[in-house]
Amino acid sequence: MTVRQAELLMGIATLLLSLGLMWNVWSDGLRIGWVEGRGPGAGMWPFWLSLGMALAALATIVRWFQGKTPESRSLDPYIASETMFLVVVSAISIFLLLVLMTVIGTYLSLMLFMLFYVRFLGKHDWRMTAGFVIGAPIFVYLLFEVALTKYLPKGWPIFEEGFLWLDNFRWEYF
Amino acid sequence: METIFVSLGGGLMQAFEPLNLFMILAGCLAGLFVGCMPGLGSVNGVAILLPVTFLVPPTAAIIFLAALYYGAMYGGAISSITLGIPGASTAVATVFDGRPMAQAGKADKALMAAAIASFIGGTVSIILFTLFAPPLAAFALKFGPQEEFALMLLAFATFIGLGGDDIPKTIFSILLGLVMAAIGFDIISGQPRMIFFDMVELQRGIGFLVLAIGIYGIGEMLWTLESTKGQVQMHNVKITWARFKENLKEVKVYINSTWLGSFLGFFVGTLPAAGATPAALMSYGLSKTFSKDPDSFGKGNISGVAAPEAANNAASTGSMLPMITLGIPGSPTTAILLGGMIIWGLRPGPLLFTESPDFVWGLIGSMYVANVATVLLNLALIPVFIRVLAMPFTLLTPIIFILCVLGVFATTDRMFDTWIMLILGVAGYLMRKLNYPVAPAVLAIVLGPLAERSLRQSLISSQGDVTTFITRPISLTCVILALLLVSYPLIQRLVRRRTAVQAD
Repeated sequence: MTVRQAELLMGIATLLLSLGLMWNVWSDGLRIGWVEGRGPGAGMWPFWLSLGMALAALATIVRWFQGKTPESRSLDPYIASETMFLVVVSAISIFLLLVLMTVIGTYLSLMLFMLFYVRFLGKHDWRMTAGFVIGAPIFVYLLFEVALTKYLPKGWPIFEEGFLWLDNFRWEYF
Repeated sequence: METIFVSLGGGLMQAFEPLNLFMILAGCLAGLFVGCMPGLGSVNGVAILLPVTFLVPPTAAIIFLAALYYGAMYGGAISSITLGIPGASTAVATVFDGRPMAQAGKADKALMAAAIASFIGGTVSIILFTLFAPPLAAFALKFGPQEEFALMLLAFATFIGLGGDDIPKTIFSILLGLVMAAIGFDIISGQPRMIFFDMVELQRGIGFLVLAIGIYGIGEMLWTLESTKGQVQMHNVKITWARFKENLKEVKVYINSTWLGSFLGFFVGTLPAAGATPAALMSYGLSKTFSKDPDSFGKGNISGVAAPEAANNAASTGSMLPMITLGIPGSPTTAILLGGMIIWGLRPGPLLFTESPDFVWGLIGSMYVANVATVLLNLALIPVFIRVLAMPFTLLTPIIFILCVLGVFATTDRMFDTWIMLILGVAGYLMRKLNYPVAPAVLAIVLGPLAERSLRQSLISSQGDVTTFITRPISLTCVILALLLVSYPLIQRLVRRRTAVQAD
């Protein structure tokens, strides 16, 4: 996809998003004008701002047809193929990290994430990989669970029980 | 004036308290680190590390983040000079002459000039901040909701008039931020708004930190991965004590550019859309214009390093002035700081000076200490940071991603927000590639609830009469300035067209 095509698609997507927001406010029955005795309705602010968004998106589309923006004249690839791999893989790896956090818990998914990123994507040696795979969960545990007292997601009950068994050592011995 | 000195004395005493002093040093080091890493700047550092500051009291937290902001301005020069890649956008202008100097084997000279100019810029701006902040806050006490709304209008108008980005895209970005801030329960009637697909999680709204970390954490790293392809080429730096002393004597060569950058940077920094990047670029441009040897700029002129570095440091302090006194952030970083202040239970704005004087003066006092600490740490640790810069992206990136995900989770305790962060981060990256500015959206999501409240309060008190915004002098002035700023690009285009016609 070229930058030119991407700008048109983005213009259309932002226009649809704006119209969707306006429709949402309207269909929820929120008042978009003055409510006698109460002042501006709850829908006034988001509705009229969404209309502004729609007009701004429309202006971008019109300018695209007129060829006024540099992007509308650019035939370069939107994401160059040589960098596409790194960017897409990074985005997908975060997506999988979030999915795995709710299944196997934060710590195991962090270890897998580090293993993938450091060893397979970064092609670092096993010593470095081991340092990150072991160091990251320890750092996260000390910062978030111990210092900030946040209970991070532990995944399915079997994984949560495993974590609690390990965590118990902290309460017993420290 | 006497009151200022007494309060400043109290602030300095506070800055020297052990916890605060530790936070200053930690903030300066963290700032130097994020500043020197390509792709990370003060805004990324502040957004990613804000959740961690909940460990300490608000004063220590703001001191840490302000020191980080400061340190990042210093750190940006390190990668600009040694790698030729700006550590942050604020250090773009430093590359112009810093890189040629490094190529000519004068990297140490450039790094030292950057540090000294940053120190002078920082010192000048903090003194100006101390003098201007109390009277400005006292003046702002006269503000009602009309003035507050008009002031926010002015802040958004500066993005349109002075931002230099595509105008419809800038407007879209501002409005998107404002609309996102409105998701959840209505602040006045309590009615739920924009709860898509009946997702109950949306009732609590989308926090500014989710958007800020999404855009400045995930989106920025994706952008950096793409722009650098994960590879860097570094220049060696030779630092010896003899060369250090020799370089110190060169200060007189670039002192005028440094003064220029310091004063210009402070005042440009106070403007919401301007901030450190345009301040540095303007300072570079003016320094070149006033130079006796303008042709040497871009080829390794040391003044071309000093001017932007003084300006970006001064601008970072300048951008805190409207945040502290008016509750209007002067840059994306201060927008996040302002959001943090709300989370800490403080009310940003003129009342801060009377309601939380310890907080404000502690911050101001810490800025003096942080400035000295950063220049010393910067000069001492240059060799260390150069080693850090050699760290491959495949090691830094997963750490940043994990801090983003867990930082958002730690703030809101909801996995839902981490998903929203990822979506916004990827969307922000895709939009940024098409020249949609992202900073206005972050500013807007922070100011959104305040802007809506002041607009509705104004309309309720005037019984729906919109002329209430132009019948009060301060609000009228802001509205006129906002209109002038919005029409400025149009006027500029007309003038350019007329000049072209006359030339023909």
